[in-house]
Amino acid sequence: MKAMLLKRVLQLVTVVWGVGTLTFILMRSLPGDMAYRIAASRYGQDNVNSEAAALVRQELNLDQGAFAAYWHWLLDLLQFNLGHSLVSGLPVIDAIQHMLGHSLLLALAGLLVSILIAVPVGLFCAWRGNPLDSIFMGLSSMIRAMPVFVLGVLFILLFALHWNWFPVAGFGTPAHLVLPALTLALSLAAVSNRVVRDSAKHTFQAAFYQFSKVKGLSAWQTFRRHGVRNIAVPVVAFFGIQLVSMIEGIVMIESLFSWPGIGHGLAHAIFARDIPVIQGAALVMGVLFVALNTLVDMLCLWIDPRGVREA
Amino acid sequence: MIVMPSLKRIISGVLVIGALSGTAAFAQPTQSNTLSISAAFEFTSLDPSKNGFVYSRMQVLETLLDVDDSGLLMPALAERWEVSEDAKSWSFHLREGVRFHDGASMDADSVVNSLSLAQAKHGALRNAPIESIQALDRNMVVIHLSRPYTLLGAVLANYANGILSPAAYGKDGEVLALSATGPYQLYQFAPPHKLVVEKFDGYWGKKASIPYASYLTGHRTESRVLQARSGQVDIVFGLDPASLPSLKRLPSLDLYSNAIPRTIVLKVNSGHPFLKEVSARQALSLAINRQGIANGILRTPNAEAEQLMPASLSNWHLDGMSVRRGAQEVSAEDLLASLGWKKNAKGQLERDGKRFELTLITYADRPELTTVATAIQAQWQAIGITTKVEVTNSSAIPMGHQDGSLEVALIARNYGFIADPLGVMLSDFGSNGGGDWGAMNWNNAELSQLLLSLEHTSDPKQYREIAQRSAQLIYNERPMIPVTFYVQQTSVNKRVKGFRFDPFERSFFLNEMEFVKP
Repeated sequence: MKAMLLKRVLQLVTVVWGVGTLTFILMRSLPGDMAYRIAASRYGQDNVNSEAAALVRQELNLDQGAFAAYWHWLLDLLQFNLGHSLVSGLPVIDAIQHMLGHSLLLALAGLLVSILIAVPVGLFCAWRGNPLDSIFMGLSSMIRAMPVFVLGVLFILLFALHWNWFPVAGFGTPAHLVLPALTLALSLAAVSNRVVRDSAKHTFQAAFYQFSKVKGLSAWQTFRRHGVRNIAVPVVAFFGIQLVSMIEGIVMIESLFSWPGIGHGLAHAIFARDIPVIQGAALVMGVLFVALNTLVDMLCLWIDPRGVREA
Repeated sequence: MIVMPSLKRIISGVLVIGALSGTAAFAQPTQSNTLSISAAFEFTSLDPSKNGFVYSRMQVLETLLDVDDSGLLMPALAERWEVSEDAKSWSFHLREGVRFHDGASMDADSVVNSLSLAQAKHGALRNAPIESIQALDRNMVVIHLSRPYTLLGAVLANYANGILSPAAYGKDGEVLALSATGPYQLYQFAPPHKLVVEKFDGYWGKKASIPYASYLTGHRTESRVLQARSGQVDIVFGLDPASLPSLKRLPSLDLYSNAIPRTIVLKVNSGHPFLKEVSARQALSLAINRQGIANGILRTPNAEAEQLMPASLSNWHLDGMSVRRGAQEVSAEDLLASLGWKKNAKGQLERDGKRFELTLITYADRPELTTVATAIQAQWQAIGITTKVEVTNSSAIPMGHQDGSLEVALIARNYGFIADPLGVMLSDFGSNGGGDWGAMNWNNAELSQLLLSLEHTSDPKQYREIAQRSAQLIYNERPMIPVTFYVQQTSVNKRVKGFRFDPFERSFFLNEMEFVKP
């Protein structure tokens, strides 16, 4: 365990440096003039002109070489300073805190609800088999094939307009979280319930599982003693992957529900060539990626400690 | 064992904080005491020169002068003003008893401070021929100009020149807090989506009756329409016209359609070999089915535009334009044929072995532009012109102008950005060859001369004559090809009374609104 953690810390440092450097190179090599992009985001489409761009160029010293800018960033980073947004002038860390906090909240809530849906449905399908299994297979494919945007609009129509239970869009109260989380959960559960089902079916059909039944354990005892852990390992790993990809990949839900998440913020920062924000966000997400993976690995190890002994 | 008590303390501490924030929640804005507004545009900064539009609309920020619905100057933080004989110095008498949101009183020094800082930042004040801004006494500010400049009043009414408390600025002039003078003060600032303002009891004018107002950025028109439908948002700006029929049926909503001085225009590179003749630009203009675009795409009948300015900007609007258009019964094809363009076997226009191909750029900030661009693409295709549409960032327009790479661009130009359209006209047509968002490689010495003369024309009749002549010149030569005017669609929930629309989009007039008692 200690060795794994040490390895992960080393990994973390490399990820931070690598992600920051890569985003820097990628953003610098994008076509278009940075000064114009930043000016458009700062002053708005009605007020962006070459004069504004010249002012931005001068203020931010954009004519300094790429290497000097990179060196500045690296020095700041060593002091744990992510810099200021080129557009708003506010500290990057504040913007990321605001966006990432909301993204994490939405992602965790979505994941939790998706687990509550996927685990029972998956187990039930594996246990009862057809025709139920096929029906859920069809339903899952249908939901998965639907753009998450459509799902969100359907929920809004039903829960916000027809019944007026929850707000259409916005953030700030727990009620605002319900619809985006539910939309997210359903689209996640559409896949994860199949993973649960496959893993459960695999376990149910395993020789050791059949044997424990033969030796006289009840169905529930068998499931508890020999089922849960075996089913859980691939399922937990999959949920981990879903969580990580979700934090960055829920732009559609964020913009539909006016949710101030990092996916949306990052997209806007890229349009604006707001390099410090992009670097900061990519960096924090890289760290999060390593941290979540470590957490999932530890969880899997706890569920199935055999891995360590073999290693 | 030592850990336990501290852990307990932490937990009880957390509980106490939770309970405190719970009680504080009662004093917070709720749906019943907050007027909620949803619109499309984000904000990122407190600085008036960047995002002042949102603070001006939410009535946090005020300027020295204001404008009425027709663009005429009105007193605001300056109670009255005088222009000297030689029109080179403007004196502003400040209103007495005006307080900033931080409690400080407004005086001439604070106004000079705000204006000087605004002058150093990006905005219209920077380009005004200002020699000095001085405080004459506690309540009087004088601006000396190097030459007469009638625009100054309208420029001062622009949001970028809002007046803030001296304590609101950091040492480099950056805005740290938005302590302004409006009837509402900042309560919550959560960029880029949410802004909550609270009524300011120390306001000098009509005090607000609604305790709080919130502004939420709704990026998607679908979401905004649904917010209006559900009644969860009181005022929704920028509704999709397609949704209007169904919204009209709702008894809880009032709908408003208001013309605004914004026009969808094609910016044309008049130096391009295919576009340098006036008749080529006229042909491009003739080939556009404006009615189809206005009715079918934008669903705002009668919004088709043959000229840059809508009727509301009457000095610059040419009356009877449709009559003039009917008189010239020449088709786009004939005009192009007279320039030597012939259709090849595929129906594409060719001249000297070159095909008539253009690249049209537009930007995604306003979703309707992309759709209109593709409609124009199809309409030009019908007369044999192949158009490639590129959707990019709004900054590509000034950049393409500067580096000369722009061929045609579809833009939404706000002629009321400075309440006097001369401000935008000067930057679009004033200098040789045009401007970043205006004409390109189009030299018309007469127009430049006319526009410059307007800077010092104070006689209204003469002003109108020159403005009309300028509009006619632009219409005749088509360095810009207008397509349609904008109509702003707004829904207001019936629980709100007193709504009115500002065509210059400077204010939401929150302090005039009330909740209808149930």
